[in-house]
Amino acid sequence: MEQAISYTLDSTLETVDHAEEKASRIATELGFAEDEVMQISMAVREGAVNAVLHGNAYAPDKKVTLAFERTPEDLVITIRDQGKGIDLGCIPNPLAPENLLKTSGRGIFLMRSFMDVVEIRPSQTGTEIKLIKHVRGSSAAGKEGSQ
Amino acid sequence: MSMKLSTRQVDGVTIVDCSGRITLGEGSVMMRDTVRDLLAKGNKKIVLNLGDVNYIDSSGIGELVSAFTTTKNQGGELKLLNLTKKVHDLLQITKLYTVFDVKEDEAAAVKAFK
Repeated sequence: MEQAISYTLDSTLETVDHAEEKASRIATELGFAEDEVMQISMAVREGAVNAVLHGNAYAPDKKVTLAFERTPEDLVITIRDQGKGIDLGCIPNPLAPENLLKTSGRGIFLMRSFMDVVEIRPSQTGTEIKLIKHVRGSSAAGKEGSQ
Repeated sequence: MSMKLSTRQVDGVTIVDCSGRITLGEGSVMMRDTVRDLLAKGNKKIVLNLGDVNYIDSSGIGELVSAFTTTKNQGGELKLLNLTKKVHDLLQITKLYTVFDVKEDEAAAVKAFK
């Protein structure tokens, strides 16, 4: 992979699969371990699901931007949609007993479980999700910065 | 690899052999339709054999929860069998492992129905 690469994708289910495949390929090329590749590709899949379903709501005129950037310490993945922006205050804790048997609402939780840093920036013109995985052996280990 | 499902009967229990991916879209829909069809036909003892399921996303997890609650609400029982490590780990971190009745052996799963 080059230092940075980005894709503009339609708001379709195929985009979700393509985003996952691209993440898996790039993470593999960058030398992440097999379980880390799975975590990264799954987090990207969940981010893409959010963008396509909840952000753009499958609207054909709205696009999803998926960007990968390799820094010395991190793989930084950014997923942007063109929706109304999610309300972070309305995201229930999926681990709360009253939510355990809900059939949805685990996407952001899984992203946070699998990545080192997850930043979610909603705005009126869309939501940006930044997913960061530290390169093993870099100094920035841990889960600090997760919002 | 897309989702494949097949059903068989063992001592009055319906085993649903699942393989591939349970993800948003086709995989989740197939799972939902299969469980609903079984319940509609009166098959209320269901085992989902997930031994060949190599990938599941949050939609797939939601579908497992839906299958579990739908079956329970109709007076039935649903158990999970042969979880792969990936699915096992996902159910652990989502705290669903203890919600589901998980079995590692088909004979034990069948026997466990009242």
